[in-house]
Formats: sequence, structure tokens, C-alpha cells
Amino acid sequence: MSDAPSVDPAPLVEVRDIGVRRGARWIIRHVDLRVLRGQLVYIIGGNGAGKSTCARAVLGLIDIDEGAIERAPSLAVGYVPQRLAVTPTLPLTLRRLVTLTGRFPAGEVDAALATVGLERLGDPPVTTLSGGEFQRLLLARELLRRPDLLVLDEPDQGVDVAGAEVLHEQIDTIRRDLDCGVLVVSHDLKLAMDTGDDFCVLVPHEHDERPGIGRDPELVGTARDD
Amino acid sequence: MLDDFLMRALLAGLGLALVTGPAGCFVVWRRMAYFGETIAHSALLGVALAILSDLHLAVGVFATASVVVVVLFLLERRDTLPTDTLLGLLAHGGLALGLVTLSFFPNMRLDLQALLFGDILAVSRVDLALIWGGGGVALGLLAWLWRPLLAATVSEDLANVAGLRPERARLLFGLLVAAVIAVAIKIVGVLLIVALLVIPAATVRRFASSPEEMVTAAAVAGMASVAGGLFASATWDTPSGPSIVVTALALFVVTRLRRPGRAAKAG
Repeated sequence: MSDAPSVDPAPLVEVRDIGVRRGARWIIRHVDLRVLRGQLVYIIGGNGAGKSTCARAVLGLIDIDEGAIERAPSLAVGYVPQRLAVTPTLPLTLRRLVTLTGRFPAGEVDAALATVGLERLGDPPVTTLSGGEFQRLLLARELLRRPDLLVLDEPDQGVDVAGAEVLHEQIDTIRRDLDCGVLVVSHDLKLAMDTGDDFCVLVPHEHDERPGIGRDPELVGTARDD
Repeated sequence: MLDDFLMRALLAGLGLALVTGPAGCFVVWRRMAYFGETIAHSALLGVALAILSDLHLAVGVFATASVVVVVLFLLERRDTLPTDTLLGLLAHGGLALGLVTLSFFPNMRLDLQALLFGDILAVSRVDLALIWGGGGVALGLLAWLWRPLLAATVSEDLANVAGLRPERARLLFGLLVAAVIAVAIKIVGVLLIVALLVIPAATVRRFASSPEEMVTAAAVAGMASVAGGLFASATWDTPSGPSIVVTALALFVVTRLRRPGRAAKAG
């Protein structure tokens, strides 16, 4: 919280002590998290720690079983999911996917594609894109939608080291251009400590014993750099 | 012109294909073929109810099909059973319930042959009005639902985040398919209706480079199948419903014989 501005603006989203349960098992519990405008915040944790669940709860895609989530009034959210398989029976090109949920002027689409470095690809079917290209395409889509809060679920998964670096630079560019809050799900604690304004650590399978959540890196036993 | 039964059959079939083509694309994209079968199976119960309450066949079928759609929608949200299991339950539950209901009325006259395979040559002016009127409403609904439904087909999460209410789109599309099947049973029957939804869409997939192109092309392919099937039926005296499906199948096979081209050609 060292980067918190002196005049504390209202957070875009404030998560207080939330828990999500599947049957008797808590997927996440006692999670606290807040994102301010212009901040880059990470959700860090190992496999099965409930990172995606946490992100989906913040987006309002799943119901929480305890705690509270407060969103700024008329908050526009953007989402880049971890994996998105477009069914091969659906003919969808790069540019058509960008305008899937709303129409934008061609000039704006070109600019957004250029920001993520896809301007030279033309308009190929999305099924021919590589994993990294597809992630950047989803990023371009959100760039056009201009959300207040952008949630990215492991954006660099399946992308090589150089590609991941470029991707994170692009995310940072988008954050500055849109002046939005960005919440990134990752297992890369070092990245979070180097680039993030704040982060929240989830520890798997310990939610029943103790509040295994905190901003204290010492709590992290299972998050790994891989 | 409408006095000619063959002309009425042609108009009915063309009107139907105009809707089953586009709707069928979503059925293919969303992997809902078995959903269509389920609706068709449950139609027998609807037919029984329609005869008992002296309603138009399509109205009875649409009523029971709507119930099936809503029940499935609710079960999918609450239940942990997989969708195909739920569909199997509803399909054969509905069929059995229909047969048992009919057995209570041994004097009821029911043309099972027409029900299973359709009787397009017996299409009346009322049927024709129902097909074109209902078809227009169905196409309007599909156009209105287009963006949310397409977004939900790619990803329910993305549609949700964009505020497009994918669940509502899914429910409304289910009801739309129920309506299409209710009207179509008269034309091709319970056993063949899903073919009119799936085959044109599958045929034109490789020629389309956008969802809009594919929907248009599927409508054209469906209408060509209807025209060709009716012509064949009149020429060789074959049953009309199955002839339409065979023509659609032939169109699919013929377009498969050619190697897929890079360029997209609609129609």
C-alpha cells in the first residue's frame, strides 16, 4: 500500500472479506482487495488457489457466499479471460471479434489493433491466431470499450518470455492511456512486486484453517515463478 | 395461385427454410442439435393436448415445447446433471408422457405417419399464414437478439461483462427454436425437423467468412433444398418431407466434394 496516493479517491472496486464456496469447500475465503483508478493490482497465487474465482467474483460473474464487494457507481468493467475457445463452426475474423459486443469506427479499431501490435495481420479467421495474438486481440477489444476497471486472467499464459514482456508493456500502456484500474491474475510474484501498485496473495486449500490472505509476501508458500 | 396445393407447399417450405437456416446456424454454433431433438420429441405431448383442446397443432406443440425449454433452463442453472442427460430425460419423458396421454383416448384419430414425417402437401391457408407471420416474428426476434446471442455464443462471460444479458438471450432463443419446430412439424415431421436446422448451416459453413454471411447462405441453402425436394417429390412421387431432407443432404455432399476455397463465397 506504499503507493497509495495521499488524497484517497473512492476505489473503483473494494472487496471486503469475501468467500466463495462450492459445496462444503471454500474456493476462496477472507479475501480483501481494492483497486483505485490508475492502479495496477495483482492477484497472486499458485494453482488451485482460487485466483480466477476471485477475479470472476470481482467482475460479478459469480455470486459470493460471504463478505461484500462494492463497485463505484456505473463502473464499466472489461475482462480478458484466461482461455477462450471459439467454436470452429463459427466463422469469425479478427476484426469481427473486436466488434462482437459493440460497434466502433474503423479508425478506432485500427488504432487499437496498432496499440497491441496486430495491425499488420489483416483480417484472418480467429482460429488461425496464436495464443499470444488472441490474447492481444482480446486486449484490443477492451481498449476500444474503454472500461474503468480491466480484469486480466493470466494474460501471459502460453506466451513466451519475450512475448510476455511485450504484453505487460501493452497492458501498462493501456492503463496509462485509459487511466483505468487494472487487476491482473498471475502466479508471478516477482512481476507483481516489480510492476504492481498493490497485490493480493491467495494461498490454496488453507481457507478453512486460517485467513490465508494478505498483502504480506511472507504468507506465500506456494506461489512459484514458473 | 394459392389454390394449387403444390404452390402452397412450396411457399410453406420456403417460408420455413428462411427461418430454419439462420436459427440453425445458432443451433450448430451452440451445439444445440440434441436440444432440437428434445423439443421435437416432446411435440407428441403437444399434439395430444392440441387435439384434446381443439387447438391448432402448432399452438399445442409450442405450448409444451415452451414448458420444456423453461424447465431445461431452470434445471441447467440449479442441477449438477450434464445438459445432455437433462435433455435425454426431457426428450423421452415428454415422448412417453404423450403416448400415455394418447392411450387414454382410444377413439382419437391421429395420423402418426404425418406427425413423424410431415405432410407438406396438406398445408392449408391458415398454416401458410402461420408460417409466414410467425416466421417474420421469429426473424425479427433473431435480428433483435443478434448481438447478445452471438456474443454469448463466443463467450457467456464476455457477453455478461458487456451487459448483454446472455441468459435472457439463451432463454429467448430456446423459445424461438420451440416456435420454429412447432410450425415445422407439419412440413417435415418430428423425426426430420432437426435436419432442416443443422444441414443447411453445416453445408454453408466453409463458404462463409462472417456469421452474417453464414446465416444468409444457410437460408438460401435451405430454400434451395425445399424447392429441389418438392420438385423431386412431384417428379418421382416420393414422400415430400424426406425428399427435402435428402436434397439438403445431397447439397451438403456435393459441396464437400470440392476442396475448400480460401475466398468466402456466400450462397
